[in-house]
Amino acid sequence: MESALERLWRTLVWAFVIFFVVNVLAMISTVVVNSFGTRWLNSWLPAAFTVRWYASAWREFQLGDVLLVTFQIAGAVVLLSALIGVPAAYALARRDFPGKPLVIVLFLLPLLVPPITFGIPLATVLYKVGLAGTMWGVIVANLVPTVPFTVILMIPFIEQIDPKVEAAARVFGAGTGRLFVHVLVPLLVPGILAATLLALVRTVSMFELTFLTAGPSSQTLVVALYYSVFAAGVRAGQSIDAMAVIYMLSTLVWLVVALRFVNPTQIVARVKKSAA
Amino acid sequence: MAIASAGFRELRLDAMSRNFGAHNALKAISLTVQRGEFIALLGPSGCGKSTALNCLAGLLSLSDGAIWLDEKRIDTLKPEERGFGMVFQNYALFPHMNVRRNVGFGLQMGGVPRAEIERRVDEALNVVRLTSQEAKLPGQLSGGQQQRVAIARAIAVEPPLVLMDEPLSNLDAKLRLEMRAEIRRIHRLLGSATIYVTHDQDEALSLADRIVVLRDGEVRQVGTPQDLYRRPLHADVAEFMGFRNALPGRLVRREGDEVEVDCGFAGPIRGQAVDVEGERVVVAIRPADLVPLADGPIGAEVTGLEYRGEAYFGTASGPGGVELYFRTDTPLDVGASVRLGAPAERTLVYAAGGVG
Amino acid sequence: MSASSRPRQRTLADRGIDGVTLLVLPAALFVVLLFVYPFVYGLLLSFAPKEGGWLGNYAKFFSDPYMYGTIWLTLRLALPVTLLNIALSVPVAMQVRHMRRQRLLTTILVLPITLGTVLVAEGLLNYLGPQGWLNRLLILFGLIDRPIRLVHNYWGVFISLVITGFPFTFLLTLSMISGIDPALEQAAATLGARARQRFFNIVLPLIVPGLAVTFCLAFVDAFSVFPSAVMLGAPAGETRVISFAAAQAAFEQYDYSYASAIAMIMAVVQFGFVGLVLTARGLFYNGPAGGGKG
Repeated sequence: MESALERLWRTLVWAFVIFFVVNVLAMISTVVVNSFGTRWLNSWLPAAFTVRWYASAWREFQLGDVLLVTFQIAGAVVLLSALIGVPAAYALARRDFPGKPLVIVLFLLPLLVPPITFGIPLATVLYKVGLAGTMWGVIVANLVPTVPFTVILMIPFIEQIDPKVEAAARVFGAGTGRLFVHVLVPLLVPGILAATLLALVRTVSMFELTFLTAGPSSQTLVVALYYSVFAAGVRAGQSIDAMAVIYMLSTLVWLVVALRFVNPTQIVARVKKSAA
Repeated sequence: MAIASAGFRELRLDAMSRNFGAHNALKAISLTVQRGEFIALLGPSGCGKSTALNCLAGLLSLSDGAIWLDEKRIDTLKPEERGFGMVFQNYALFPHMNVRRNVGFGLQMGGVPRAEIERRVDEALNVVRLTSQEAKLPGQLSGGQQQRVAIARAIAVEPPLVLMDEPLSNLDAKLRLEMRAEIRRIHRLLGSATIYVTHDQDEALSLADRIVVLRDGEVRQVGTPQDLYRRPLHADVAEFMGFRNALPGRLVRREGDEVEVDCGFAGPIRGQAVDVEGERVVVAIRPADLVPLADGPIGAEVTGLEYRGEAYFGTASGPGGVELYFRTDTPLDVGASVRLGAPAERTLVYAAGGVG
Repeated sequence: MSASSRPRQRTLADRGIDGVTLLVLPAALFVVLLFVYPFVYGLLLSFAPKEGGWLGNYAKFFSDPYMYGTIWLTLRLALPVTLLNIALSVPVAMQVRHMRRQRLLTTILVLPITLGTVLVAEGLLNYLGPQGWLNRLLILFGLIDRPIRLVHNYWGVFISLVITGFPFTFLLTLSMISGIDPALEQAAATLGARARQRFFNIVLPLIVPGLAVTFCLAFVDAFSVFPSAVMLGAPAGETRVISFAAAQAAFEQYDYSYASAIAMIMAVVQFGFVGLVLTARGLFYNGPAGGGKG
């Protein structure tokens, strides 16, 4: 049914996809293999395998502290962005008011403008008020993209809940507070979970904003990783990669959980659809 | 009129089959369509009628069997090589092209010279009476107008065969009647053979030269609208054609096609045997034919009544709780007793468990 | 109080503003306070240089080739990478949309986005390095004699931008192409259009507006490339990108005014390209890609 040319084209496209995926996986594997290797010079695989780099990375980079800080920051960001973002998403999903498009644009901007662009002025302001360098400074900086992210991600989740369900609850005498707790929140659990998990992944892997606002005691894992690569030569490459593996695990776990609630396409597409 | 159908003598479906995994959506459909004929594929949803249409269009490949256009085998051709016109259920108009470009698309793809395209698009738009809307985008048109564009687009290429997939199902009731008349008019005008998929028996009866009733991927009956309306060959076709009363019973007497059936009522029911084998049968009667009669064999209690202008239609509960649908010219009280009966020549009798 | 507030409340209610609407306020205030205000503050700060007149920072930037050259160096990376990523995404998305186990592929592709540029840079340092698997394979197959240099130069950063950028443009493109009603292409096929003609006449015109938005998002992202340009590139030379110059001004010279000015220049270049692309996009059909009704 299909011509030779079409088949050739198809083969080419798939060859590229396979090439790309293989390279991505190989790149990730290199990091993992290296973190378990003893000495890896001029060969396909390290001479022998060991786990001692993990112990040394843990010690050298104070990974215990860094991990603690990372998850304190990520936890606070997720909680706050849900608390601030979900009600706003509810208002935007259910009400039409003058200036609504403007408000939507306001929420889209921090997602569309790259963090490094607004991060520098933001860091400047945070330095001025004395928040920069502290954990709260990092949390506030990370909230700037995650609050709008939660809002934009939650709007369609809320829109798909039939307003008649709410009307019914009101007819049966539920006030706004009880409506929220007993009717909306249970229906929104998948959406809220998806949004918060993705906000979590974003925060853990957010380099630019944390880099610009963190002090020595408020570094997250990804910034610590950057500094250790930057200062490479001082440390063994393997212990840097051991840290990289720990970092990977700390993001991928949440991603895997998040993917139970959303399609990978949606992770990037949601923002675009509202932008277009 | 310059737009006309390119001719063929006959289109032959030869044991056309299509499987989706283990599911046989079409089971060896065979059918011959004559030049200029209007065929309706009728059946409930999931009966395979849309699958059949997509196979004809080339959008689905066959699992088995063949399709012949005169002496040419066409089921191995891609859709773009078949040259049929198709009208889709949701119209599938190209949203970024205006009406004119939509209608001219097929001609443009066929490499028709520009002046010729212009002329034939004008004619097609004229046929569907949309000339004044030619510069608009589909999104600016009403449902009925979009439907006309979809038809114009399909006929502009002068196809030997036009395929229509439930084209009226997205329109409201009034528009549907209007467009039905339009489709009939356009078919008369162009004379191209048309295969029309629908689940609506009124549409099929009013449009088609012949109706093909499908069920579970099989042809149950092929016939003229009159045949199908008067004498469905199977109990399930009868039910689909509006014989709402399906009363199980036992055959007690048979003389040729004249039969008497005991349904557990006061008297036996007399009717016409259509497809009877053995003792256990089903009696099928249209609600409009079941009326109160002084000596009617069925004693029942009225459970509901609805006024429909020309008459009242009611429901009643017969012996053993059997549900009955009947017509009456005078109102009856709910709870009243009534005796119901139907003329024997419009009472059809089928073998029980008649499906299959 | 009631006499004056009553009519006022009614007008608010008439305009659709009630208690629920007010729920949007905390989030909106937050964004205004921490996004809009810093931006404006940074803009004003950039006009208050440490030395010189109010345009001193900008004069300084545009008179120093080492500084204004960063715009060109960044564009030289961001533009080709973005165009390449989009050019690759469209054919791949056209093939993948009918694939049954789409989710597996999209999950693998979402990995580099999730891991972020820092990890990708670290991985590529190993993988693309002279002793890395890629060079070894190329030598094994006899394609090259000695390792080619792929890190600490332009190509290292280029590759890292493809690895993180392609999945992003691909997933956006896939969602756009999947959003086109399949009946449109089927209709085109029954009207005699071959696969190529269907793509150029139906699919492409319908996704061009979306591709424009994708281009903007991906370009803006690539233009602000930072960690990978430092880790994988040559931050003192051919990959001295503008964000690195800004970070240096802030954290090495502690000149926040100058750093803000550079950030503003960065924003102007980004918005400039976005504005250009979106203006061009206005020339295309922008409506829904449905089959017509509704």
